[in-house]
Amino acid sequence: MEYALLIYNDETIVPRMEPGERDELFAAYRAYSTALRESDSYRGSVKLGSTASATSVRARNGRALTTDGPFAETKEQLAGLFIVECENLDEALERAARLPGARLGTIEVRPIDFRG
Amino acid sequence: MLAARAAIEAVVRAEAGRVLAGLIAVLRDFDRAEDAFQEATAAALEHWPHDGIPARPAAWLATAARRKALDRLRHEAMRERRHQELAVLAGLERSASDDAEHAIPDERLRLVFTCCHPALSLEAQVALTLRTLGGLTTAEIANAFLVPEPTLARRLVRAKGKIREARIPYRVPDLAVLPERLESVLAVVYLIFNEGYAASSGASPLRRDLSTEAIRLARLVAALLPDEPEALGLLALLLLHDARRDARLAPDGTFVPLDEQERSRWNRTAIAEGLACVRRAAAMRRPGPYQTQAAISAVHAESASADATDWQTIAWLYANLERMQPSPVVALNRAVAVARATGPEGGLAILQSRRLAAVLADYQPYHCAHADLLRRAGRRKAAAAAYRRAIALARTDAERAHLERRLGEVAP
Repeated sequence: MEYALLIYNDETIVPRMEPGERDELFAAYRAYSTALRESDSYRGSVKLGSTASATSVRARNGRALTTDGPFAETKEQLAGLFIVECENLDEALERAARLPGARLGTIEVRPIDFRG
Repeated sequence: MLAARAAIEAVVRAEAGRVLAGLIAVLRDFDRAEDAFQEATAAALEHWPHDGIPARPAAWLATAARRKALDRLRHEAMRERRHQELAVLAGLERSASDDAEHAIPDERLRLVFTCCHPALSLEAQVALTLRTLGGLTTAEIANAFLVPEPTLARRLVRAKGKIREARIPYRVPDLAVLPERLESVLAVVYLIFNEGYAASSGASPLRRDLSTEAIRLARLVAALLPDEPEALGLLALLLLHDARRDARLAPDGTFVPLDEQERSRWNRTAIAEGLACVRRAAAMRRPGPYQTQAAISAVHAESASADATDWQTIAWLYANLERMQPSPVVALNRAVAVARATGPEGGLAILQSRRLAAVLADYQPYHCAHADLLRRAGRRKAAAAAYRRAIALARTDAERAHLERRLGEVAP
């Protein structure tokens, strides 16, 4: 079964990091996805741009309403996601806990119903 | 041989957890398992009054339930040709052909970990545990927790839906996460106990039954995980608390504090079992919060009176507990024990720490303890102020009356 590990972090943290600290974080992410690929459970990953670059659109009565900014203002923002193949929720939770982002923010784990 | 309906119901209820756990293991679905169990129960109520209660009621119920489930699944699979159901069928056909005399494997440990999975809300964990392992009906659980039945039913449906959709596993967790998961299981059992223990004598018997149910669950978990001292510690704690159940309520239903309880009314059988559990757990040399709380209860249980209590040991145990599980309420209890062991000043020094006073500013027991220690230290004016604060926060008339009497002593 596939799960999405949605990475929520305070997006102001990483830009404020010391360069060395940031390199360490990126290296940790690389190591994480290498380990996933090796265990054959990697199904994809995405890193999103900041919410400052986000635009929200709603179609109402045949018209697109466009607003600046993310869907909701929150303390932690969706920063990216991993898609992993796991036997069950426990395995997915274990993988989520090992994500470098888990130490900085929150990982939401959701089963994937369907993937195109 | 004729068997009375009440006796049959008691047997069915006692075996429910074990049978349901086995059914969920083969059916891989809580709802199917419950439906099949209900049909088996109906069959038992039909046959057992004439045939008598079978020698192995759990095996009888399990076999009957598996046959019912098999019928249903076969029907559905034929109609919809669903692969998943056909796969389950294969396993079920094997297990249903077992002789009723065949011992059924105990799957309850897996079930307890699924029901108390931290991915479910605490309310859902409690409801699911009582429903599946305790065999309580939805109406019974709703009454015991004072929530409307539809609310509780929705809670159960949502929890079962999440188990299915997020695929919460039906298994004993790996050693790496076992301590954390066990903590979650023990917390659920403890919460169920306290819910029943806090109920007054006027409350519905169902609420008080929750304590008995929790002890049954604690016994089960301790038996299934014999190498986990905290499981044994929790069982000990519940037994020792429950031993005081009758003595802690006055005939008018008001609460009697430990100091004033008539110790001859404590249940000696429960105490003996509790003490034995404390010792067995301690021998494993892996102390934990439940064992420590049980040890504190054990010291009280072994004391002839409040004054004859070894308060020094209790104060030391509270200090240990505070290290394992820092909490303002534990600090408050430690202060009271220190005061009993060494005099009021030692206790006041802990109580009057600025941080503790701030966190517990609205906590009524804090002001009761503070007032009592000030009174014993002879600081009448400060004691009167503390009693007034405690009276303002009191929740029952009896409590208020008791505190006003004390206030009269220091501020005549």
